[in-house]
Amino acid sequence: MTVTHLERRGSTPLERLQLLLHRRPTISPLVVLIVASAVFGLASDRFLQPSNLSLILQQVAVIALLAVGQTIIVLTAGIDLSVGAMMILVALVMGAFGGPLGWNGIVVVLLGLMLGGLAGGLNAFLVVRIRLPPFIATLGTLNIFVALALILSGGRSTPGTDLDPFLTWTATAFAIGDFRLTMGVVLVLLVYLVVGFALSQTAWGRHIYATGDDEPAAHLTGIRTRRVLTSAYVLAGVICGLAAWALIGRVGAATPNSAVDANLDSITAVVIGGTSLFGGRGRLAGTLLGALIVGVFRNGLALMRVDVIYQTLAIGVLILLAVSLDQWIRKGRSAS
Amino acid sequence: MTLQTDPTTMASAAASGASTPAGGRAPLIEARGIAKAYGAVVALDGVDLDLYPGEVLALIGDNGAGKSTFIKCLTGAVIPDTGTIKVDGQEVRIRRPQDARDAGIETVYQQLSLSPALDIATNLFLGREIRRPGFRGSVLRMLDVPAMRREAREKVQDLGITTLQDITQAVETLSGGQRQAVAVARAVAFGSKAVILDEPTAALGVRESRHVMDMVTQLRARGLGVILISHDMQNVFEHADRIQIMRLGRRAGVVSPRTHTMQQTIAVMTGAATLDADGRVVPSDEAPSGATS
Ligand SMILES: Nc1ncnc2c1ncn2[C@@H]1O[C@H](COP(=O)(O)OP(=O)(O)OP(=O)(O)O)[C@@H](O)[C@H]1O
Ligand SMILES: [Mg+2]
Repeated sequence: MTVTHLERRGSTPLERLQLLLHRRPTISPLVVLIVASAVFGLASDRFLQPSNLSLILQQVAVIALLAVGQTIIVLTAGIDLSVGAMMILVALVMGAFGGPLGWNGIVVVLLGLMLGGLAGGLNAFLVVRIRLPPFIATLGTLNIFVALALILSGGRSTPGTDLDPFLTWTATAFAIGDFRLTMGVVLVLLVYLVVGFALSQTAWGRHIYATGDDEPAAHLTGIRTRRVLTSAYVLAGVICGLAAWALIGRVGAATPNSAVDANLDSITAVVIGGTSLFGGRGRLAGTLLGALIVGVFRNGLALMRVDVIYQTLAIGVLILLAVSLDQWIRKGRSAS
Repeated sequence: MTLQTDPTTMASAAASGASTPAGGRAPLIEARGIAKAYGAVVALDGVDLDLYPGEVLALIGDNGAGKSTFIKCLTGAVIPDTGTIKVDGQEVRIRRPQDARDAGIETVYQQLSLSPALDIATNLFLGREIRRPGFRGSVLRMLDVPAMRREAREKVQDLGITTLQDITQAVETLSGGQRQAVAVARAVAFGSKAVILDEPTAALGVRESRHVMDMVTQLRARGLGVILISHDMQNVFEHADRIQIMRLGRRAGVVSPRTHTMQQTIAVMTGAATLDADGRVVPSDEAPSGATS
């Protein structure tokens, strides 16, 4: 294989590290996850037990799912502040139709996915047509979706027992060895596989990266950047619909009071996972690692009886470290 | 007459001084009355252009004369306010760059149009990716990365571009000249009817510039039309069959290196002279613009 200019240029160990992290953006979150797990494992006997690891998976499932949609948006150099609100809206609509109105569960789930896509379509319209900055557009829709959810549901929850069983199907548990997984967790992994494949193996994925990297350049290359952006927001909405389904299973009800922090947590997972907020670089696998890191920190610190406030503090430090690392890696690039 | 260019015909045709080379050939691209304003700034004020197969048409003009804006109107990167474009005699609506590409027109834009984080092979095939054969390609829509890399390597080699070694290298890690080479390679490799180059040698060394001009000559020999924007008059006079002079958003005239000297051409370009209907250069009454010394 030919030696690239860069490998020749990366002379000091530090520069070589910079290059490696740039080429393999999932390395840093993977290292963090392994080190954190090892430390928590030493600090608490219970941490590495299958029952606890299974619990972590179930705890992060909903956030991990939202973070898939968030990753797609961030790769396009955007941000979606409304993912959590879309999820709550869909969950409450599903709860209303699958509960009091007694609709068939499968129909309700499909309806929920469509509603998610529609909500994402509104974001796409604002970003692509009206040309609002994604931050502003989704800040607006965040409030609209939350308000709509409360208006439609009247602020009431629908308990899982009143729902069509298909809506709580994501809570169905099964065991693999000592591990207990839920269908919700399986759903999450499936979404990661499918979207990860689309991002890394299809032309659509390349166009997402190219659009986020340099939108005007991508447009001149012949990529239909508006269409690409629209697809990203709509898909993120549909994934929020799936997250709503997982949420109903996880909480055991369709309620407006759950997952209030879901939105910021999804961004946290994306950022810790090594996806650049400037767009065009990152891996979906990194986001899964990022979501797991957040889950591991919260769970591990809780087992060590560290107060929730300090868990939050730790997450904050993690975010800043991750973004600083991204800046450092990018700086090495632009200096060349 | 075949598509192969006959240099003598071209020369005598151009020598007539008119803006159409003879041979009864229809233009590949015919633009009429292209106008574009950015607010109060009139970038283009009704510009015409004819590009024939097998010719190199140079587009010259001072900075801000509207050259880049004009070719962007031809390729769908900018939507003109008014004007019509015909390709092969058919009026076409080019509303986005992909439309021009579909028509066989490839472009190297002045500010290049590469995705920095993606590698050379991906950039070459951006927007025309190769999919895997069979189920994986048709249903799963899976990219054939090995095939694209192989073809990219072949194309770069065929074009004799030696500055690009590793096809899997990210474009952002390339030097300015190497990036330009990628952009030129993409246009030359995929252009089937016309290739438009906006200052393609601006960042290139002497050897690489000469190589790009060799590629231009080959395109012309293959019967493609080439529009070349350049500030390098030597280069323009050496390679162009015809020279369209742009001035203040208008076509100041079309000359040929065989009938006009470089001094005359530059005089028209700067406004010190104008072309009359017969292609004669007449000193202009209008004072030369302040920029010229
Ligand atoms: N996007 C834009 N917004 C506003 N004005 C523009 C825009 N693009 C071009 N212009 C204006 O249009 C005019 C023509 O610009 P253009 O880039 O076409 O010139 P040019 O002939 O290519 O110059 P150069 O030789 O410097 O590349 C200039 O006055 C420029 O300021
Ligand atoms: Mg220009």
